Amino acid sequence: MTGPRCSRRDVLAGGSASALAGLAGCVADGGLVGLGDGSSGPTVAILEDRSGTFALTGTAKYRTTKLAIEEINRDGGILGEEIDVFSPDPQSDNMRYQDLTRYAIYRENVDVMWAGYSSATREAIRPIVNEHEQLYFYTTQYEGGVCDKTVFPLGATARQQLGAVVPYMIEEYGDEIYTIAADYNFGQLSGDWVKIIAEEHGAEVVGEEYIPLDESQFGSTINDIRSADPDFVMSMLVGQDHSSFYEQRLASGLTDVPIGTSTNMAQEREHLRIDPPALEDVYAGVSYMEELPTERNEAFVERYDDRWDDAEYINQEAQNNYFSVYLYKEAVERAGTFDQAAVIEELESGIEVEAPEGDVALDPATHHVEHNMRVAHADENHEITFDDERTIEPSFLHDVGCDLTSDAEQTQYEPADYYEVI
Amino acid sequence: MATPELLNLGFEFVEIFAFIVLATVGLAVIFGMMGIINLAHGEFILVGAYTTSFAVAAGLPLAAAMAVGVLATAAFGLVLERLIIRRLYGRLLDSMVVTWGISLVMIQLTRIAFGNTAPGVGIPFGQLPVVDGPVYYLVLAVVAVGVLGGLYALFMWTDFGVRARATMQDEATARSMGVDTDRMYTATFAIGSGLAGLAGALYAPVMTVTPEYGTSFLVEAFVAVVVGGSSVLLGTILASGFLGTVNAAFTNLAGTFMGQVAMLVAAIVAIRLMPDGITGLLSDLREKWGESE
Repeated sequence: MTGPRCSRRDVLAGGSASALAGLAGCVADGGLVGLGDGSSGPTVAILEDRSGTFALTGTAKYRTTKLAIEEINRDGGILGEEIDVFSPDPQSDNMRYQDLTRYAIYRENVDVMWAGYSSATREAIRPIVNEHEQLYFYTTQYEGGVCDKTVFPLGATARQQLGAVVPYMIEEYGDEIYTIAADYNFGQLSGDWVKIIAEEHGAEVVGEEYIPLDESQFGSTINDIRSADPDFVMSMLVGQDHSSFYEQRLASGLTDVPIGTSTNMAQEREHLRIDPPALEDVYAGVSYMEELPTERNEAFVERYDDRWDDAEYINQEAQNNYFSVYLYKEAVERAGTFDQAAVIEELESGIEVEAPEGDVALDPATHHVEHNMRVAHADENHEITFDDERTIEPSFLHDVGCDLTSDAEQTQYEPADYYEVI
Repeated sequence: MATPELLNLGFEFVEIFAFIVLATVGLAVIFGMMGIINLAHGEFILVGAYTTSFAVAAGLPLAAAMAVGVLATAAFGLVLERLIIRRLYGRLLDSMVVTWGISLVMIQLTRIAFGNTAPGVGIPFGQLPVVDGPVYYLVLAVVAVGVLGGLYALFMWTDFGVRARATMQDEATARSMGVDTDRMYTATFAIGSGLAGLAGALYAPVMTVTPEYGTSFLVEAFVAVVVGGSSVLLGTILASGFLGTVNAAFTNLAGTFMGQVAMLVAAIVAIRLMPDGITGLLSDLREKWGESE
């Protein structure tokens, strides 16, 4: 054989050489072994939806996180370092979330991440987060029960939201409750919590219906509510299809039955999207709404509106994203390092921060937050008023014995295992 | 069963029947007559709904806004047929892929252009006293029946209808008889699109209008078209009646979720027993009786 031909062996050798070069490139990037990439500031992943099903809520979450980071960078960063941001759009797609989470951890070597709207998303990426002991803030209000060493679920739990609004409704309107909820784990578990809280206050659930997420016709549901004749309805409807319920309720004349909710208004701003008076006499248990009339909150809303020309409504979780960035900053400064284990240890030492909703404290044992809960009421013009605030601690996880400061577990507890009423 | 409950059940049936008919009829024209599997059907409905919502927000009365919605969707369909769809006649699977792509692009473009929600419209006319349902649902049912009647008149009694049907059945012969088949295709597609737009316009007050609005109609529409079979009008009526009855009965007995499940199970059974749909079975029977006489 003559001539300058490449043998198969040459090709293989060449291939592995370039693979090695590629690997060296990775190492130089700080991707695989975390040697750093020249700038020693932290990298933050913001995986929030700006398109797809959750774009309505995700866009504001993304923007408040950016706002907090920009404010911190302007004031000199954390430990004197500027924060870098890695923020592709996961498009409300759980497969994409998994890919991007891996990419953020392996390639971008992020120090902390904020990610995901739905519980399904959180559960899709939690195994990856656990495997790499990644510090992760999940900020949506959710069904509760997650006890996980590196996860900080900072949204108000069902126990906290419903714990504010259900007793209020029982006192104001009576003790017969009709539950309507979205038919997936969040809705089902929230329905369980309504039963538990009802029993604690001597009330009773006289009917319930779990409705598929893509359902937008509520004629029979409205009929069933009418024939059960409850004192009030608890609604844990979710998403854009379900928001048709309120218009159909108005057109059917069911407005004489007041509605309590943990999901509507504070997240998907139904009171602004839907023409009045469809949400008349809807009461939401909330930790935050944009309308909150405190000086601190009004200043926050103004900063947000100044930063984004087409600023959308700041939902409850967007506020959680905002204050949790400051929570992270505080913990890093106390720890004096971006090392994740050290930062988690500081977060677990009991940290407080000035949030737009009021001062909030992180509960070391459960990684949840003792929120300032209120009942928000919409009148016939969809004007929002709030009753007195109360602090509700995330007590369910205490009851089941979750203590992350002593036991680094990665579990989600369910109320059905601990309460007989379900 | 007490009388009010019977009335409720009847009202639920009317509500679901109108929904299936209106969701289906545009698809039935485009798929049943023209053989285009239009996976962008939902987004045609979306065009109708968005146009209506924005027209109402701009100050037009609701009925005029709906007319604008229908015309806009028909015009949109016309343009789309000229640019893209006309290359796909007789290519069933290709039409699926292309229209699916159109659907994805339209949902995202809508989101980029108009954000995540459209302005709310509000359900007109107040409520019915006996069943406490919105009067508007009865209006929807009347419109649904009117649309079916109108389509029958258009395709059976007019010169245009004869030409259109001839084009779909045997294009070459129709052309040799002097029919402008190109125009027939375009016009029929625009009619189908306009009907989809009508569904969007009519349901804009009832359902919150978002970029994913069209997907709420898709399951009912495709199930009804397949169960109905090849005859557009009769198929739509029979399938909507059958599926509406099953859905209303089970929704009434066991809730919304079981209503949907029962409807889909009924559709599976129906397609297993009648592979060509209800109207396919009817024409088989007619042939058999014809032979035995």
